[in-house]
Amino acid sequence: MSEHILDLKNISKSFSGVEVLHEVSFGLRPGEVHALLGENGAGKSTLVKVITGVHQPDKGEIHLNDAPVHFSDARESRRAGIAAIYQELTLFPDLDVAENIFVGRQPLTFGGRVDWRKLYAEAGKLLNSLGVKLDLKQKARTLSIAEQQMVEIARAFSINARILIMDEPTSSLTLNEVADLFRLVRRLRADGTAIIFISHRLEELFELADRVTVLRDGSYVGTRLMKDITRDDLIRMMVGRTITNLFPKQDVRAGDVVLRVEHLTRAGSFHDVNFDLRRGEILGLAGLVGAGRTNVARAIFGVEPATGGRIQVEGREVAITSPQQAIELGLAYVPEDRQLHGLIPSMPITPNISLPILHQYARIGWLQDKSERKSAYDAARQMEVRANNIWQLARELSGGNQQKVVLAKWLSTNPRILILDEPTRGIDVGTKAAVHGLMSKLAAEGMAILMISSELPEILGMSDRVIVMREGLVTGEFSRAEATQEKIISAATQNVTIGSAQ
Amino acid sequence: MTVQNPPAVKTSPVSRYGLLWTLARFREAGISIFILILVVAVTLRAPSFLTVDNFSDILLNISILAIVALAQTMVILSHGIDLSVSSMIGLVAMIVAFVVKQNPEMPVLLAVLLGMALGSVLGTFNGLIITFGKVPPIIATLGTLSIYRGLVFYYSQGTWINSFELPTSFKLLSKGTPLGLPNMVIIAIVVAVIVYYFLNYTRTGRDIYAVGSNPDAAQFSGIRQQRITFLVYLISGLLCGLAAVLWASRFESAQTNTALGFELQSVAASVVGGVSISGGVGTVPGVLLGALLLGIIQNSLTLIRISPFWQLAAQGLLILIAVISDKWILSRVERTKQ
Repeated sequence: MSEHILDLKNISKSFSGVEVLHEVSFGLRPGEVHALLGENGAGKSTLVKVITGVHQPDKGEIHLNDAPVHFSDARESRRAGIAAIYQELTLFPDLDVAENIFVGRQPLTFGGRVDWRKLYAEAGKLLNSLGVKLDLKQKARTLSIAEQQMVEIARAFSINARILIMDEPTSSLTLNEVADLFRLVRRLRADGTAIIFISHRLEELFELADRVTVLRDGSYVGTRLMKDITRDDLIRMMVGRTITNLFPKQDVRAGDVVLRVEHLTRAGSFHDVNFDLRRGEILGLAGLVGAGRTNVARAIFGVEPATGGRIQVEGREVAITSPQQAIELGLAYVPEDRQLHGLIPSMPITPNISLPILHQYARIGWLQDKSERKSAYDAARQMEVRANNIWQLARELSGGNQQKVVLAKWLSTNPRILILDEPTRGIDVGTKAAVHGLMSKLAAEGMAILMISSELPEILGMSDRVIVMREGLVTGEFSRAEATQEKIISAATQNVTIGSAQ
Repeated sequence: MTVQNPPAVKTSPVSRYGLLWTLARFREAGISIFILILVVAVTLRAPSFLTVDNFSDILLNISILAIVALAQTMVILSHGIDLSVSSMIGLVAMIVAFVVKQNPEMPVLLAVLLGMALGSVLGTFNGLIITFGKVPPIIATLGTLSIYRGLVFYYSQGTWINSFELPTSFKLLSKGTPLGLPNMVIIAIVVAVIVYYFLNYTRTGRDIYAVGSNPDAAQFSGIRQQRITFLVYLISGLLCGLAAVLWASRFESAQTNTALGFELQSVAASVVGGVSISGGVGTVPGVLLGALLLGIIQNSLTLIRISPFWQLAAQGLLILIAVISDKWILSRVERTKQ
């Protein structure tokens, strides 16, 4: 008898000739939280999919309770008690919350028909026990990312899994939601559930995990006890080198005001937002998920125009009602949800990058293929996009590389004002440092950057100034010197007394 | 936008807006309103429109369309499309009519079963090309649209089967009224009830919605996507086989151009009835209303004496107006809900 409930032995897996996993071994004990760590593209997601039977290993063995098993699809692994919450959320947008939880295994009546009453009752009970408040009949399409994730978690819990795999479950949750999640995870661990936990937030892993296994470039690096290892050691294991500075912020003297927002309001989203953004400045916009930060950005960029207030760009008052107009004014917006708003997954890298500036390559309406290719190549190289070639499809890239493509796309428009919404959500330490380095460089060159982030270390590390929002209102503003974790959290969670957003 | 309002803030629209808005929340509200307006408008021009006779005529005319549109709906729900329905009807109608002509003593029920069996074979072929051959549904069924129609010509050698060659019992299959309504209308209602039950109360039915709503997620959820895809084309063939027998019986003939162009009508009825062309959204009542709307349009254009030269164009125009007004009403309802 081994002490492991799940044992992976020398797993190898290739896709179209490229080896994604090379002789990876991994042991999971019952009642532990086992972190799986590695840079984007290190093979974590592929390993998860091998465990759940979505992919089959080319070589190697999987043992469950000391018996070799072979899963040919997700259904079989689920029957064996393995549940997974994937990084890309896998809900059905047109089905409601309750049905999403039980999809494929709806409770049946004695006669074999779907028992809707029981389905709703059980879904309600389950969400209650998780402390989640959701309308059971709401369509998944209309849920926020955080809410969708709660449905995913409920779905995994509903099958009484003995092994639960969570691929970046916290990347889009608020601090409170993360705390709730951790409470649940600890409860499951106490019940003997084995949990594989993937996250790029090292702080979280030190808080939650018992052991950690590190992968690098598809190979096994090592397994350690969490309490025996330091943060720097972990980073060294992941990247194979020491990253000296995760937040390489240069000091820049801020220049003229390029973006002034006065009394900006959008009914139902945010109210009376005021701030200035100067040349060379990185302005951090902090707050909880749902505080209205994204809506402010979308209003400035003309996606959901404001209903009140004024916007001045370089001293001139403007009414921005469409993204096209915003682009012409020198604004660029890198959205939060890369898959949904930032990329066209079915198109190659090149056209994705040149999309906002296509007219530059068009002569009397005809695309000049050569110059398009060259400038895309330059932008991709500047961003160090890791891909086979520039014609690889965007959806085949890892999360970090997708983010680089999105950045390359907007940098190719030569913006003067750059709005970044969660620029490093879900990307690994190495890419994170690269993105931060680039931000710092762009600011030093005179670009004005508005950065929305839910990660406090990022806000504190990168911002020259921080404004904090809560429930659609600005509740705090701090200079780089003043800003501390405590002040920002307090402003983000304080009770609003100056009146409420409508 | 989505992140802003926690669900707890939502109040029930029922309490806020009363019965009218409760009704308007149904997905079928838009098309129902459009049908009502059309009925009133046509009746003002031609009072003979709003009579029991005329409406039973309309029902008779749309029964086959309703059956095929329901088949098409299941395919579209799964994120596919079946363009070969018209040729499947043409081919099965020709074969069944020929067999009945050769064996006039044959029980009518046997002819129905034969038609459904033949249709299932054709549907199976579609399903195999799409699941095993990995051909996109629109291409695969575009191919079989031609193949099956070509087989009609080959099988019949270009000849028709006429009314006098078919036994009376077969002709009465569609038009007989032993239960008060014409058999064909009853058959369509039974099919609709079965499809409704299937889509709403069986796991397989729910899987069709899931596959159409998010094919990737279906894989992760352990739904056998290939099996569902195969199944909807099989069912489509089966129902087209049934429709083919009814067609031959109702028009008392089988011709080489039977049901030509019917694939577009079936898609139109589905989409007008609120089925999303990208899958995952659609209801049986909606599709039935869609078929009804198409039937009313065809019937009324003749009644209010639109020139036959204009009828096809007018038909298309009304369909577009229906879809646009449905979208408009829906967006108004959504906005009120927020």
